[in-house]
Amino acid sequence: MNILGKLDWSAIPVNELPAMLAGGVMVGGFVALVLFITFLKKWTWLWTEWLTTVDHKKIGVMYIIVAIVMLLRGFGDALLMRTQQAISVGANPGFLPPHHYDQIFTAHGVIMIFFMAMPFVVGLMNIIVPLQIGARDVAFPFLNSLSFWLFVVGVVLVMLCLIVGEFGQTGWLAYPPLSEKQYSPGVGVDYYIWALQISGIGTLISGINFFVTILKMRCPGMTLFKMPVFVWTALCANILIIIAFPVLTVTLGMLSLDRYLDFHFFTNDFGGNPMMYVNMIWIWGHPEVYILVLPAFGIFSEIFSTYSHKRLFGYTTMVWATFAITVLAFIVWLHHFFTMGAGANVNAFFGIATMIISIPTGVKMFNWLFTMYRGKIVFSAPMHWSIGFLITFAIGGMTGVLLAVPGADFLLHNSLFLIAHFHNVIIGGVFFGYTAGMVYWFPKAFGFKLNEKIGIAAFWCWIVGFYIAFMPLYVLGFMGATRRLSHYDYSTGWHPYFVVALVGAIIIFIGINLQLLQVVWSIFTRKKNLDLTGDPWNGRTLEWDTASPPPFYNFAHVPHVNSLEPHWDHKQYLLKHPEKKNEHRPYEDIHMPRYTGVGFVIALFAFTFSFGMIWDIWWLAIASCVVMFGGVVYRSFDYDIDYYVTKEEVEKIETEISNRNLA
Amino acid sequence: MTTQVLDSHDHHNHDAEASAKVVFGFWVYILSDCILFSMIFATYAVLHNNTYGGPGAHELFTNMPYVLIETFILLTSSFTYGMAMLGAHKGNKNQLLIWLFVTFILGASFIYMELNEFHNLISEGNGPQRSAFLSSFFTLVGTHGLHVTCGLIWMILLIMQVSKHGINSITTRKLTCLSLFWHFLDIVWIFVFTIVYLMGAM
Repeated sequence: MNILGKLDWSAIPVNELPAMLAGGVMVGGFVALVLFITFLKKWTWLWTEWLTTVDHKKIGVMYIIVAIVMLLRGFGDALLMRTQQAISVGANPGFLPPHHYDQIFTAHGVIMIFFMAMPFVVGLMNIIVPLQIGARDVAFPFLNSLSFWLFVVGVVLVMLCLIVGEFGQTGWLAYPPLSEKQYSPGVGVDYYIWALQISGIGTLISGINFFVTILKMRCPGMTLFKMPVFVWTALCANILIIIAFPVLTVTLGMLSLDRYLDFHFFTNDFGGNPMMYVNMIWIWGHPEVYILVLPAFGIFSEIFSTYSHKRLFGYTTMVWATFAITVLAFIVWLHHFFTMGAGANVNAFFGIATMIISIPTGVKMFNWLFTMYRGKIVFSAPMHWSIGFLITFAIGGMTGVLLAVPGADFLLHNSLFLIAHFHNVIIGGVFFGYTAGMVYWFPKAFGFKLNEKIGIAAFWCWIVGFYIAFMPLYVLGFMGATRRLSHYDYSTGWHPYFVVALVGAIIIFIGINLQLLQVVWSIFTRKKNLDLTGDPWNGRTLEWDTASPPPFYNFAHVPHVNSLEPHWDHKQYLLKHPEKKNEHRPYEDIHMPRYTGVGFVIALFAFTFSFGMIWDIWWLAIASCVVMFGGVVYRSFDYDIDYYVTKEEVEKIETEISNRNLA
Repeated sequence: MTTQVLDSHDHHNHDAEASAKVVFGFWVYILSDCILFSMIFATYAVLHNNTYGGPGAHELFTNMPYVLIETFILLTSSFTYGMAMLGAHKGNKNQLLIWLFVTFILGASFIYMELNEFHNLISEGNGPQRSAFLSSFFTLVGTHGLHVTCGLIWMILLIMQVSKHGINSITTRKLTCLSLFWHFLDIVWIFVFTIVYLMGAM
């Protein structure tokens, strides 16, 4: 028996230039980072301040940094595909052989959903939700750190497969029987399974954590209907996570049993049923879409209200619309495979259920429009993203309703029309939302604002690039172009459209670079853009009530609220009663969780476990399990997990903050 | 002096609040676990006729007394866990530990009987690789068994912690969570018993 299982030198794809280039960039970047940290002698700092942190703000920041790195990787894959399709026509086979091209479109989908969008939204929730509800941390800070590191395991696996082995060639949902051992004997699907399984468990833990945080840790006076809309949408997204992610766990678990132990859930023979996988994965997959987009709706609500200097129009309807979408999210999954043959009545039910979702979504659209109506609008960068969203999402929604008609879907199924549709809603809704949220809340997390001009330029590149890249795809879909094509003929007449789409992708590429420039530029010029007030946008909700960045305990005094917009109302009150401004209340001891490295260690061994499972290195997998179990036991026996910050210390920190902001 | 009293009062309040949060969070976890089991049950419902020429539930699950004993052992263990919790609430450490130990023995016997059943099936050539029906059977019953095994390990850890720290707010909270988990597994087993064994034998 080989001590390294299936792993040998042939796992490193030395003959494949693109993979080696990408892998080289990745390894080079990693080595450079390690050397840089060593050079700055920051390893201890990194460990004590970040790797072991249980502070929701720091964990949120780490989530978003990883999301941005993965955005670059996923977008790199997109550029490769666009280039391939623009040149691989007629006699030209393009530069990507099919088995490599297949890995790229699989990786693109997996990365953008699981390792870009998910961490981005979980990161934003981490930073903002506790602040908006006036809490000092999440309900289970240790589990929060564990969730984050388990998610990182997935990221590491997806990156590692570039240079050790391969990724799945199955498409982003790995439909069997293609993903079964018989047709995908390599390690690609195993990388896929473990990356998703481990990070998915992290997400489930996050979901429970935030659900409990929102329901149990709101500050005194904040009843459910006094919660900011972002908190409502986060709550609904987490309800969706709690219900949907166990389904993903089961589905991937069964696929693993099929692949590893020769079970027959989804195989062609022995009575297996591949269609069951398609059902199960979409029972998770469709709610997942709303897990991503609902918090984006929440972000837009905050932004429209703040920059219009008006209370959000129709708060109650917004909440109920969110809830309606949450419920409906579970009864539409079959619209992803109308062509499966479930029959006319079943298709009609799911088609109609799908169309009904456009009603609460429409309610939201009108609420946002009416919020702006007669408002004192500031055309800031977040506002640009939000208005761009309104238009783009409306178009994406309409093509969605079109696809919800089963008859039309039979023609458009698996065509580029579908690709155009979901990029239309995911880029226009999800990505624009998170970007807007990042720009909007950046000063809260870091204490300085992002450069507006570069941000607005990035927005224009994105929106123009988006339309140039994806409108041709709608046309191509009508012309019969299917998704995941790596080569086609001149006679199809598709070539010009693919070239236009490539141009659009390049414009988006410029937009992404401008976003990076925006962050870097703003860091270097931060002295000019400091946010000393804690409330740079004249905000309305609680997160603007504390300093930017907030002290680690968030609020020196637990806020007491009695309205929907406590911060705004407080400001109005102070205008009337300026004498109350410098009123000083005595500080109290603050109860905080201790930092711990257990989450990091457990995740580290979750990684070695997955690696062992992928390469059949059984001793490694078993040993890792033992260590992970040891980590859990260690944590269970550790009763010293929290401490009190004394009131003297709080006073010292608060004085420092006010001195800093006065200076 | 007064402040100090107030402070310790606050600290105490914090403990109760933390316990409420943990137990609520554990309820939510149980709900998500419900979804997990419901998916596996659904899979079983879809696949239970796909025997691919192999034996079906009707031929395999004939030894009803065996399963019935298994079931009663698990149900009894829920009762004994309840006795343990009564001990915990009375502050009677010995009662708690003795009943926890009895629960552990019952749970371990259940697992032993289940493994024995699996062993018999596999040695007769009716392992999970035989057909989609058997794949889903082993996964459903096995997932439940895996949960019970985790519960048993957890029970050992709690027996150790109670012996060390006695009955305090933290150990009581942990015992409450395991109690939820244990009773939940009982309920799941009732569904397994009904849907797999009773309906299979009919």
